[in-house]
Amino acid sequence: MTKVRSHEITPEHIYISRRKFMVGVGALMASTLIPMGCKRKEDGILLPGTDFCEAAQVSRDTDELGVKLTSCQAIINYNNFYEFSEDKEEVASLSRNFKTSPWTIKVGGLVNKPLTLDMDTLLRKYPQEERIYRLRCVEAWSMVVPWVGFSLSKLLKDVEPTSQAKYVRFETLYAPEQMPGQKDKFFDWPYVEGLRLDEAMHNLTILGTGLYGKPLPPQDGAPIRLVVPWKYGFKNIKSIVKIDLVAEMPVSFWMAYAPQEYGFYANVNPDVTHPRWSQSSERRIGEIARIKTLPFNGYADEVASLYSGMDLGKFY
Amino acid sequence: MRWLRASWLYLVVHIGALLPLALLFRDFTRNQLSADPIKEIQLRTGSYALILLMLTLGCTPVYIISGLKQVLQLRQLLGLYATMYASLHFLNFVGLDYGFDFALIRDDIFEKRYAVVGFAALLILLALALTSVNWWRKRLGRNWKRLHRLIYAAAFLAILHFLWQVKVDIRRPVIYAVILVILLAFRIPAIKEFVYGHFKWLKRQQVNGSQTDEI
Repeated sequence: MTKVRSHEITPEHIYISRRKFMVGVGALMASTLIPMGCKRKEDGILLPGTDFCEAAQVSRDTDELGVKLTSCQAIINYNNFYEFSEDKEEVASLSRNFKTSPWTIKVGGLVNKPLTLDMDTLLRKYPQEERIYRLRCVEAWSMVVPWVGFSLSKLLKDVEPTSQAKYVRFETLYAPEQMPGQKDKFFDWPYVEGLRLDEAMHNLTILGTGLYGKPLPPQDGAPIRLVVPWKYGFKNIKSIVKIDLVAEMPVSFWMAYAPQEYGFYANVNPDVTHPRWSQSSERRIGEIARIKTLPFNGYADEVASLYSGMDLGKFY
Repeated sequence: MRWLRASWLYLVVHIGALLPLALLFRDFTRNQLSADPIKEIQLRTGSYALILLMLTLGCTPVYIISGLKQVLQLRQLLGLYATMYASLHFLNFVGLDYGFDFALIRDDIFEKRYAVVGFAALLILLALALTSVNWWRKRLGRNWKRLHRLIYAAAFLAILHFLWQVKVDIRRPVIYAVILVILLAFRIPAIKEFVYGHFKWLKRQQVNGSQTDEI
């Protein structure tokens, strides 16, 4: 807990004299109120990554439901990436010098053919394709993102999971010297996420390597991240260095932090409430009015069968 | 000039309290309120309301230390501005965020504890703002003071509202809570007397020797 010393509350000038004190009141008021408004992002228009968006390329400008893509600027400047900052608007600048090359990713655990791949090999081995997905954050905002990536199932088939393998465990790079947020002892770093094997093998589940036709910028999880469009955004672990096939359900980063709030499955579900955010409605970034949140984020036809017979209120 | 000398403190409060609103408008028109402007408006108006509420509660300690009566007169204005920002905070939530869709609000929110305590704090502030005028003050007599002690409850609920809304970093609500505790401590008679005596030298030069029992 931060200690507030008395001089921080009662400005020193008031001890000095009455006249000076009266000036002090004015100064205190000015100093407490004025900065609130102007401290934030004076460069809001000259955002980092302007070049990135100028070169953006997409094949279409809506998803399969006809929903417009979220602007490139919003996608690369509004990021939940606690390894850098808890402030979504700070991530882009703090991650600017994040080293994503060379980058190797280890795939192992309960598999017959473990693999260690560097990014170049991986990109050559698995042809990249565009996937336009809705992204629904647990904080009740959402985006439509034109990812570039490939089905995780292709990689998993190559390593041949053994019959004991039931879950897939993902891990983010741990590098506090590069990722200042990891110095925060509040959390159990590195970030870990998990999927049931059948979820991981589903065709919609991809490893994302780019967006808007370009390689991922650091703030969006470069060089490689998970994208599972029917789950809340936090399942989409970023900057992955390790993928393990395991027998037991992994404990994810957010489950470890607050198990009563964040479950393992984290399927987008308007019927399962959260203590802070509405899960029955959401706001698309770039729009004003709220929209209804769809079960499985609108992918129910494709994925609901994965959970048949399960109580989704219990396995949230 | 005489007017300015008499009321410059009010002027400072007016400017200090309205400036954040002006900056909010400026940032809104310049599209500088992040990718989620409604949320940004929500966060800022909430912060301003809390800060102004703390400043309102800070008048009495400042008076106890300095003996300056003028400061006590600022409580009403600061309290009204706190209520204004709390109302904007609420209107942004109901109007811009939820588009006055009360069915949606009911489904989404009335089960959420942070919303319930926040709403309670707003109702208290509105009641205090309405009865802050002299007409009500006279009419309510002794009860006016009792009623206006509810500002402590409003401050407590507002901080609780903030705390329950935080996802991870509880430092800021905790700082507000600490400030509130310190500000309230000044109201404890023993502490009040001690502080009052301790800073007596500040009050020597004052013509109208103020009385602590008025607070």
